[in-house]
Amino acid sequence: MRLIAENLGGERGGESVFSRVGFDLGEGQALVVTGPNGSGKSTLLRIIAGLLPVAEGRLLLEGGGEAFPSVASACHYLGHQNAMKPALSVVENLRFWRDFNGNGDVGVEEALEEVGLGGLGHLPFGYLSTGQRRRAAIAKLLVNHRPLWLLDEPTAGLDKVSEARFAGLMERHCGDGGMIVAATHLPLGIDGAELRMGI
Amino acid sequence: MAGRPEGGALAMASHIMLALFLRDIRLNIRAGGGALTGVIFFLAVIATIPFGVGPDLKLLARIGPAILWIGALLSCLLGLDRLFQADREDGSLDLLVLGNDRHMLALTVLVKCLAHWAGSVLPLVVAAPLLGLFMNMEPLAIGATALTLLVGTPAITFIGAAGAAVAVALPRGGLLISVLVLPLTIPVLIFGVSASYGATANPEPFLQPFLILAALTLFLAVLGPVSAALALRHGTD
Repeated sequence: MRLIAENLGGERGGESVFSRVGFDLGEGQALVVTGPNGSGKSTLLRIIAGLLPVAEGRLLLEGGGEAFPSVASACHYLGHQNAMKPALSVVENLRFWRDFNGNGDVGVEEALEEVGLGGLGHLPFGYLSTGQRRRAAIAKLLVNHRPLWLLDEPTAGLDKVSEARFAGLMERHCGDGGMIVAATHLPLGIDGAELRMGI
Repeated sequence: MAGRPEGGALAMASHIMLALFLRDIRLNIRAGGGALTGVIFFLAVIATIPFGVGPDLKLLARIGPAILWIGALLSCLLGLDRLFQADREDGSLDLLVLGNDRHMLALTVLVKCLAHWAGSVLPLVVAAPLLGLFMNMEPLAIGATALTLLVGTPAITFIGAAGAAVAVALPRGGLLISVLVLPLTIPVLIFGVSASYGATANPEPFLQPFLILAALTLFLAVLGPVSAALALRHGTD
Protein backbone atom coordinates (compact mmCIF):
# COMPACT_ATOMS: atom_id res chain seq x y z
CA MET A 1 0.00 0.00 0.00
CA ARG A 2 1.31 3.46 -0.84
CA LEU A 3 0.11 6.95 -0.05
CA ILE A 4 1.23 9.36 -2.74
CA ALA A 5 0.82 13.13 -2.87
CA GLU A 6 1.88 15.13 -5.88
CA ASN A 7 2.04 18.91 -5.97
CA LEU A 8 -0.55 19.06 -3.25
CA GLY A 9 -1.95 22.47 -2.38
CA GLY A 10 -4.29 23.38 0.41
CA GLU A 11 -6.44 26.34 1.22
CA ARG A 12 -8.47 27.58 4.13
CA GLY A 13 -11.32 29.98 3.55
CA GLY A 14 -10.26 30.57 -0.05
CA GLU A 15 -6.69 31.50 0.82
CA SER A 16 -3.81 29.27 -0.12
CA VAL A 17 -2.01 27.90 2.94
CA PHE A 18 0.61 25.77 1.19
CA SER A 19 1.29 24.47 -2.26
CA ARG A 20 3.48 21.99 -4.10
CA VAL A 21 3.80 19.52 -1.27
CA GLY A 22 4.73 16.03 -2.36
CA PHE A 23 5.58 12.75 -0.66
CA ASP A 24 5.50 9.06 -1.31
CA LEU A 25 4.86 6.92 1.72
CA GLY A 26 5.20 3.15 1.62
CA GLU A 27 4.32 0.42 4.07
CA GLY A 28 6.20 0.65 7.33
CA GLN A 29 7.21 4.25 6.77
CA ALA A 30 6.48 7.34 8.79
CA LEU A 31 6.34 10.95 7.73
CA VAL A 32 6.85 13.66 10.30
CA VAL A 33 5.40 16.99 9.21
CA THR A 34 7.07 19.92 10.93
CA GLY A 35 6.97 23.65 10.52
CA PRO A 36 6.06 26.85 12.30
CA ASN A 37 2.53 27.67 13.48
CA GLY A 38 0.22 28.43 10.61
CA SER A 39 2.32 26.65 8.01
CA GLY A 40 -0.53 24.29 7.21
CA LYS A 41 0.36 21.11 9.08
CA SER A 42 -3.16 20.48 10.34
CA THR A 43 -4.64 21.53 7.00
CA LEU A 44 -2.44 18.98 5.25
CA LEU A 45 -3.63 16.22 7.59
CA ARG A 46 -7.27 17.18 7.12
CA ILE A 47 -6.82 17.18 3.36
CA ILE A 48 -5.22 13.73 3.49
CA ALA A 49 -8.11 12.44 5.60
CA GLY A 50 -10.58 13.92 3.15
CA LEU A 51 -12.13 16.39 5.58
CA LEU A 52 -11.02 19.27 3.36
CA PRO A 53 -11.00 19.23 -0.43
CA VAL A 54 -7.75 18.99 -2.36
CA ALA A 55 -7.19 22.48 -3.76
CA GLU A 56 -4.58 21.48 -6.31
CA GLY A 57 -2.44 18.51 -7.24
CA ARG A 58 -3.48 15.00 -6.38
CA LEU A 59 -3.52 12.53 -3.57
CA LEU A 60 -4.02 8.82 -3.92
CA LEU A 61 -3.85 5.60 -2.02
CA GLU A 62 -2.52 2.71 -4.04
CA GLY A 63 -3.03 -0.93 -3.28
CA GLY A 64 -5.69 -0.52 -0.62
CA GLY A 65 -7.70 -3.29 -2.20
CA GLU A 66 -11.32 -3.91 -1.41
CA ALA A 67 -10.99 -3.35 2.32
CA PHE A 68 -9.52 0.14 2.00
CA PRO A 69 -10.72 1.74 -1.23
CA SER A 70 -10.02 5.30 -0.08
CA VAL A 71 -7.80 7.19 2.32
CA ALA A 72 -10.76 7.94 4.59
CA SER A 73 -11.55 4.26 5.00
CA ALA A 74 -7.89 3.36 5.59
CA CYS A 75 -7.03 5.98 8.17
CA HIS A 76 -7.35 6.80 11.81
CA TYR A 77 -7.52 10.54 12.29
CA LEU A 78 -6.40 11.84 15.66
CA GLY A 79 -7.05 15.57 15.68
CA HIS A 80 -6.48 18.25 18.29
CA GLN A 81 -9.58 17.13 20.07
CA ASN A 82 -9.98 13.69 21.47
CA ALA A 83 -13.45 12.90 20.10
CA MET A 84 -14.55 11.42 23.42
CA LYS A 85 -17.61 12.28 25.48
CA PRO A 86 -16.91 13.52 29.02
CA ALA A 87 -20.23 12.12 30.29
CA LEU A 88 -19.47 8.55 29.21
CA SER A 89 -16.90 6.28 30.79
CA VAL A 90 -13.63 5.63 28.99
CA VAL A 91 -14.69 2.09 28.17
CA GLU A 92 -18.06 3.22 26.82
CA ASN A 93 -16.33 5.78 24.61
CA LEU A 94 -13.85 3.30 23.24
CA ARG A 95 -16.48 0.61 22.77
CA PHE A 96 -18.58 3.03 20.74
CA TRP A 97 -15.73 3.94 18.40
CA ARG A 98 -14.76 0.29 18.08
CA ASP A 99 -18.30 -0.61 17.00
CA PHE A 100 -18.67 2.46 14.82
CA ASN A 101 -15.44 1.75 12.93
CA GLY A 102 -16.26 -1.85 12.21
CA ASN A 103 -15.02 -5.02 13.79
CA GLY A 104 -12.73 -4.44 16.73
CA ASP A 105 -9.31 -6.03 16.51
CA VAL A 106 -8.05 -5.49 20.04
CA GLY A 107 -10.12 -5.58 23.21
CA VAL A 108 -10.91 -2.26 24.85
CA GLU A 109 -9.28 -3.25 28.17
CA GLU A 110 -6.24 -4.50 26.34
CA ALA A 111 -5.89 -1.24 24.43
CA LEU A 112 -6.15 0.70 27.70
CA GLU A 113 -3.38 -1.44 29.20
CA GLU A 114 -1.21 -0.57 26.19
CA VAL A 115 -1.49 3.16 26.86
CA GLY A 116 -1.11 2.74 30.62
CA LEU A 117 -4.70 3.37 31.60
CA GLY A 118 -5.47 -0.16 32.74
CA GLY A 119 -8.02 -0.15 35.54
CA LEU A 120 -9.24 3.39 34.83
CA GLY A 121 -11.73 2.38 32.15
CA HIS A 122 -14.76 2.71 34.41
CA LEU A 123 -14.13 6.41 35.09
CA PRO A 124 -16.06 9.04 33.16
CA PHE A 125 -13.79 10.49 30.49
CA GLY A 126 -14.35 13.96 31.95
CA TYR A 127 -12.59 12.95 35.20
CA LEU A 128 -9.28 12.22 33.47
CA SER A 129 -6.36 14.64 33.32
CA THR A 130 -5.27 16.17 30.00
CA GLY A 131 -2.52 13.61 29.47
CA GLN A 132 -4.75 10.72 30.41
CA ARG A 133 -7.39 11.96 27.97
CA ARG A 134 -4.83 12.02 25.20
CA ARG A 135 -3.79 8.49 26.08
CA ALA A 136 -7.39 7.31 25.99
CA ALA A 137 -7.71 8.89 22.54
CA ILE A 138 -4.54 7.06 21.50
CA ALA A 139 -6.11 3.80 22.69
CA LYS A 140 -8.78 4.51 20.09
CA LEU A 141 -6.13 3.99 17.40
CA LEU A 142 -5.50 0.50 18.69
CA VAL A 143 -8.99 -0.98 19.00
CA ASN A 144 -9.55 -0.98 15.24
CA HIS A 145 -6.83 -1.76 12.78
CA ARG A 146 -6.25 0.94 10.17
CA PRO A 147 -3.08 0.93 8.06
CA LEU A 148 -2.71 4.70 8.04
CA TRP A 149 -2.52 6.86 11.15
CA LEU A 150 -2.97 10.61 10.72
CA LEU A 151 -1.81 12.25 13.92
CA ASP A 152 -2.14 15.94 14.67
CA GLU A 153 0.13 16.90 17.58
CA PRO A 154 -0.34 13.45 19.07
CA THR A 155 1.90 13.98 22.08
CA ALA A 156 0.40 17.28 23.25
CA GLY A 157 -0.08 16.97 27.00
CA LEU A 158 1.80 13.68 27.38
CA ASP A 159 4.59 13.22 29.93
CA LYS A 160 7.99 11.72 29.10
CA VAL A 161 7.03 8.15 29.99
CA SER A 162 3.84 8.27 27.94
CA GLU A 163 5.71 9.84 25.03
CA ALA A 164 8.16 6.97 25.03
CA ARG A 165 5.36 4.44 25.27
CA PHE A 166 3.55 6.10 22.37
CA ALA A 167 6.76 6.09 20.32
CA GLY A 168 6.91 2.34 20.95
CA LEU A 169 3.33 1.94 19.75
CA MET A 170 4.08 3.92 16.60
CA GLU A 171 7.18 1.84 15.93
CA ARG A 172 5.18 -1.34 16.31
CA HIS A 173 2.52 0.00 13.95
CA CYS A 174 5.18 0.73 11.32
CA GLY A 175 6.80 -2.62 11.97
CA ASP A 176 3.50 -4.30 11.15
CA GLY A 177 3.44 -2.54 7.80
CA GLY A 178 1.42 0.49 8.87
CA MET A 179 1.96 4.06 7.79
CA ILE A 180 2.03 7.22 9.87
CA VAL A 181 1.73 10.87 8.97
CA ALA A 182 2.25 12.97 12.07
CA ALA A 183 2.19 16.74 12.36
CA THR A 184 4.17 17.96 15.30
CA HIS A 185 6.66 20.46 16.60
CA LEU A 186 7.93 18.10 19.30
CA PRO A 187 10.34 15.28 18.59
CA LEU A 188 8.28 12.08 18.35
CA GLY A 189 11.09 9.60 18.81
CA ILE A 190 10.42 7.64 15.65
CA ASP A 191 12.45 7.23 12.50
CA GLY A 192 10.81 8.79 9.54
CA ALA A 193 11.19 11.18 6.71
CA GLU A 194 10.65 14.80 7.61
CA LEU A 195 8.51 17.14 5.64
CA ARG A 196 9.11 20.77 6.49
CA MET A 197 6.25 23.07 5.74
CA GLY A 198 6.25 26.82 5.34
CA ILE A 199 9.69 27.42 3.83
CA MET B 1 -19.66 2.71 0.57
CA ALA B 2 -22.41 0.80 2.27
CA GLY B 3 -23.43 -2.36 0.51
CA ARG B 4 -20.07 -3.88 -0.22
CA PRO B 5 -20.49 -7.49 -1.25
CA GLU B 6 -19.57 -8.84 2.15
CA GLY B 7 -21.67 -11.37 3.92
CA GLY B 8 -23.66 -9.78 6.71
CA ALA B 9 -23.07 -6.22 5.58
CA LEU B 10 -26.58 -5.38 6.66
CA ALA B 11 -26.10 -6.97 10.08
CA MET B 12 -22.86 -5.02 10.39
CA ALA B 13 -24.52 -1.72 9.51
CA SER B 14 -27.35 -2.30 11.97
CA HIS B 15 -24.80 -3.18 14.67
CA ILE B 16 -22.96 0.09 14.01
CA MET B 17 -26.11 2.15 13.97
CA LEU B 18 -27.38 0.55 17.17
CA ALA B 19 -24.10 1.52 18.85
CA LEU B 20 -24.57 5.12 17.71
CA PHE B 21 -28.21 5.17 18.80
CA LEU B 22 -27.40 3.86 22.27
CA ARG B 23 -24.53 6.32 22.69
CA ASP B 24 -26.71 9.29 21.83
CA ILE B 25 -29.52 8.10 24.08
CA ARG B 26 -27.06 7.65 26.94
CA LEU B 27 -25.65 11.13 26.41
CA ASN B 28 -29.14 12.56 26.31
CA ILE B 29 -30.07 11.00 29.61
CA ARG B 30 -26.78 11.39 31.42
CA ALA B 31 -25.54 14.85 30.53
CA GLY B 32 -28.66 16.44 31.98
CA GLY B 33 -29.65 16.49 28.34
CA GLY B 34 -32.55 17.91 26.44
CA ALA B 35 -35.27 15.54 27.65
CA LEU B 36 -36.25 17.39 30.79
CA THR B 37 -35.62 20.91 29.45
CA GLY B 38 -38.03 20.33 26.59
CA VAL B 39 -40.77 18.91 28.80
CA ILE B 40 -40.47 21.75 31.30
CA PHE B 41 -40.64 24.35 28.52
CA PHE B 42 -43.66 22.55 27.07
CA LEU B 43 -45.31 22.58 30.50
CA ALA B 44 -44.56 26.29 30.91
CA VAL B 45 -46.09 27.18 27.54
CA ILE B 46 -49.27 25.16 28.08
CA ALA B 47 -49.71 26.22 31.71
CA THR B 48 -49.64 29.93 30.84
CA ILE B 49 -52.25 29.70 28.06
CA PRO B 50 -55.33 29.36 30.35
CA PHE B 51 -54.20 32.45 32.28
CA GLY B 52 -53.92 34.42 29.09
CA VAL B 53 -57.08 33.17 27.42
CA GLY B 54 -59.27 33.35 30.51
CA PRO B 55 -61.57 30.86 32.21
CA ASP B 56 -63.69 30.09 29.14
CA LEU B 57 -63.63 26.28 29.27
CA LYS B 58 -65.28 25.82 25.88
CA LEU B 59 -62.78 28.08 24.18
CA LEU B 60 -59.86 26.28 25.85
CA ALA B 61 -61.18 22.92 24.71
CA ARG B 62 -61.56 24.24 21.18
CA ILE B 63 -58.06 25.68 20.85
CA GLY B 64 -56.51 22.83 22.88
CA PRO B 65 -55.12 20.69 20.04
CA ALA B 66 -53.61 23.70 18.30
CA ILE B 67 -51.98 24.96 21.49
CA LEU B 68 -50.58 21.52 22.28
CA TRP B 69 -49.12 21.30 18.78
CA ILE B 70 -47.57 24.77 18.91
CA GLY B 71 -46.13 24.06 22.35
CA ALA B 72 -44.66 20.77 21.21
CA LEU B 73 -43.26 22.36 18.05
CA LEU B 74 -41.47 25.10 19.99
CA SER B 75 -40.15 22.62 22.54
CA CYS B 76 -38.85 20.46 19.69
CA LEU B 77 -36.87 23.38 18.30
CA LEU B 78 -35.35 24.09 21.69
CA GLY B 79 -32.76 21.32 21.83
CA LEU B 80 -31.96 21.06 18.15
CA ASP B 81 -28.81 23.17 18.19
CA ARG B 82 -26.97 20.56 20.24
CA LEU B 83 -27.68 17.80 17.72
CA PHE B 84 -24.34 18.17 15.91
CA GLN B 85 -22.68 20.98 17.81
CA ALA B 86 -21.75 18.83 20.80
CA ASP B 87 -20.09 16.35 18.45
CA ARG B 88 -18.31 19.12 16.62
CA GLU B 89 -16.88 20.66 19.76
CA ASP B 90 -15.15 17.49 20.90
CA GLY B 91 -14.01 16.39 17.45
CA SER B 92 -16.39 13.43 17.15
CA LEU B 93 -18.07 14.99 14.14
CA ASP B 94 -14.88 14.67 12.06
CA LEU B 95 -14.79 10.96 12.75
CA LEU B 96 -18.50 10.56 12.05
CA VAL B 97 -17.99 12.31 8.70
CA LEU B 98 -14.97 10.13 7.94
CA GLY B 99 -17.14 7.08 8.52
CA ASN B 100 -19.00 8.12 5.36
CA ASP B 101 -16.81 5.73 3.40
CA ARG B 102 -18.08 2.70 5.28
CA HIS B 103 -21.67 3.68 5.85
CA MET B 104 -23.46 6.63 4.36
CA LEU B 105 -23.32 9.80 6.42
CA ALA B 106 -27.04 10.30 5.78
CA LEU B 107 -27.71 7.05 7.62
CA THR B 108 -25.58 8.23 10.53
CA VAL B 109 -27.58 11.47 10.61
CA LEU B 110 -30.86 9.56 10.45
CA VAL B 111 -29.86 7.47 13.46
CA LYS B 112 -28.76 10.57 15.36
CA CYS B 113 -32.15 12.13 14.58
CA LEU B 114 -33.98 9.04 15.81
CA ALA B 115 -31.95 9.01 19.01
CA HIS B 116 -32.60 12.73 19.49
CA TRP B 117 -36.30 12.16 18.91
CA ALA B 118 -36.49 9.23 21.32
CA GLY B 119 -34.52 11.09 23.97
CA SER B 120 -35.89 14.62 23.75
CA VAL B 121 -39.15 14.61 21.79
CA LEU B 122 -40.83 11.38 22.83
CA PRO B 123 -41.10 12.68 26.41
CA LEU B 124 -43.11 15.61 24.98
CA VAL B 125 -45.53 13.21 23.30
CA VAL B 126 -45.87 11.31 26.56
CA ALA B 127 -46.50 14.53 28.49
CA ALA B 128 -49.03 15.84 25.95
CA PRO B 129 -52.10 13.92 27.30
CA LEU B 130 -51.47 15.26 30.79
CA LEU B 131 -51.12 18.82 29.50
CA GLY B 132 -54.29 18.26 27.46
CA LEU B 133 -56.17 18.15 30.77
CA PHE B 134 -55.00 21.72 31.43
CA MET B 135 -56.81 22.70 28.26
CA ASN B 136 -60.08 20.99 29.26
CA MET B 137 -59.87 18.68 26.24
CA GLU B 138 -62.07 15.61 25.82
CA PRO B 139 -60.41 12.19 26.04
CA LEU B 140 -60.93 11.62 22.31
CA ALA B 141 -59.31 14.93 21.38
CA ILE B 142 -56.43 14.23 23.75
CA GLY B 143 -55.88 10.82 22.22
CA ALA B 144 -56.01 12.17 18.68
CA THR B 145 -53.58 14.99 19.46
CA ALA B 146 -51.12 12.62 21.14
CA LEU B 147 -51.33 10.28 18.15
CA THR B 148 -50.73 13.07 15.63
CA LEU B 149 -47.82 14.32 17.73
CA LEU B 150 -46.35 10.82 17.78
CA VAL B 151 -46.54 10.62 14.00
CA GLY B 152 -45.69 14.24 13.19
CA THR B 153 -42.89 15.25 15.57
CA PRO B 154 -40.23 13.06 13.88
CA ALA B 155 -40.71 15.24 10.79
CA ILE B 156 -39.79 18.31 12.83
CA THR B 157 -36.63 16.60 14.06
CA PHE B 158 -35.66 15.60 10.51
CA ILE B 159 -36.08 19.15 9.16
CA GLY B 160 -34.36 20.45 12.26
CA ALA B 161 -31.35 18.24 11.55
CA ALA B 162 -30.86 20.01 8.23
CA GLY B 163 -31.01 23.38 10.00
CA ALA B 164 -28.69 22.19 12.75
CA ALA B 165 -26.19 20.93 10.18
CA VAL B 166 -26.16 24.27 8.36
CA ALA B 167 -25.66 26.21 11.58
CA VAL B 168 -23.25 23.75 13.19
CA ALA B 169 -20.24 26.06 12.95
CA LEU B 170 -21.99 29.00 14.56
CA PRO B 171 -21.33 29.43 18.28
CA ARG B 172 -24.90 30.53 19.09
CA GLY B 173 -26.81 28.96 16.28
CA GLY B 174 -29.88 28.03 18.31
CA LEU B 175 -32.02 30.98 17.31
CA LEU B 176 -30.87 30.82 13.69
CA ILE B 177 -31.86 27.17 13.51
CA SER B 178 -35.33 27.97 14.83
CA VAL B 179 -35.76 30.77 12.28
CA LEU B 180 -34.48 28.54 9.46
CA VAL B 181 -36.59 25.59 10.42
CA LEU B 182 -39.84 27.17 11.54
CA PRO B 183 -41.24 27.98 8.06
CA LEU B 184 -40.51 24.45 6.90
CA THR B 185 -42.40 22.95 9.83
CA ILE B 186 -45.60 24.84 9.01
CA PRO B 187 -47.04 22.05 6.78
CA VAL B 188 -46.45 19.55 9.56
CA LEU B 189 -48.23 21.85 12.00
CA ILE B 190 -51.17 22.43 9.66
CA PHE B 191 -51.84 18.78 8.95
CA GLY B 192 -51.15 17.73 12.53
CA VAL B 193 -53.67 20.20 13.91
CA SER B 194 -56.29 19.53 11.25
CA ALA B 195 -56.08 15.79 11.87
CA SER B 196 -56.48 16.42 15.60
CA TYR B 197 -59.60 18.51 14.92
CA GLY B 198 -60.90 15.94 12.45
CA ALA B 199 -61.10 13.36 15.22
CA THR B 200 -63.65 15.41 17.21
CA ALA B 201 -65.41 17.86 14.88
CA ASN B 202 -67.75 15.78 12.82
CA PRO B 203 -67.79 17.14 9.27
CA GLU B 204 -64.02 17.40 9.09
CA PRO B 205 -62.05 14.30 8.07
CA PHE B 206 -59.41 12.69 10.29
CA LEU B 207 -57.82 10.08 8.08
CA GLN B 208 -56.79 12.24 5.10
CA PRO B 209 -54.76 14.86 6.98
CA PHE B 210 -53.39 12.13 9.23
CA LEU B 211 -52.11 10.17 6.23
CA ILE B 212 -50.59 13.31 4.72
CA LEU B 213 -48.88 13.93 8.06
CA ALA B 214 -47.46 10.39 7.99
CA ALA B 215 -46.33 10.92 4.39
CA LEU B 216 -44.62 14.19 5.38
CA THR B 217 -42.71 12.38 8.10
CA LEU B 218 -41.58 9.63 5.73
CA PHE B 219 -40.62 12.13 3.03
CA LEU B 220 -38.63 14.27 5.44
CA ALA B 221 -37.00 11.17 6.95
CA VAL B 222 -35.17 10.94 3.62
CA LEU B 223 -34.80 14.59 2.64
CA GLY B 224 -33.73 15.88 6.08
CA PRO B 225 -30.82 13.49 6.74
CA VAL B 226 -29.61 13.63 3.13
CA SER B 227 -29.46 17.42 3.12
CA ALA B 228 -28.00 17.50 6.62
CA ALA B 229 -25.30 15.05 5.52
CA LEU B 230 -24.48 17.28 2.54
CA ALA B 231 -24.22 20.33 4.77
CA LEU B 232 -21.99 18.51 7.26
CA ARG B 233 -19.79 17.12 4.51
CA HIS B 234 -19.09 20.61 3.18
CA GLY B 235 -19.08 22.32 6.54
CA THR B 236 -15.92 20.67 7.89
CA ASP B 237 -13.08 23.10 8.16
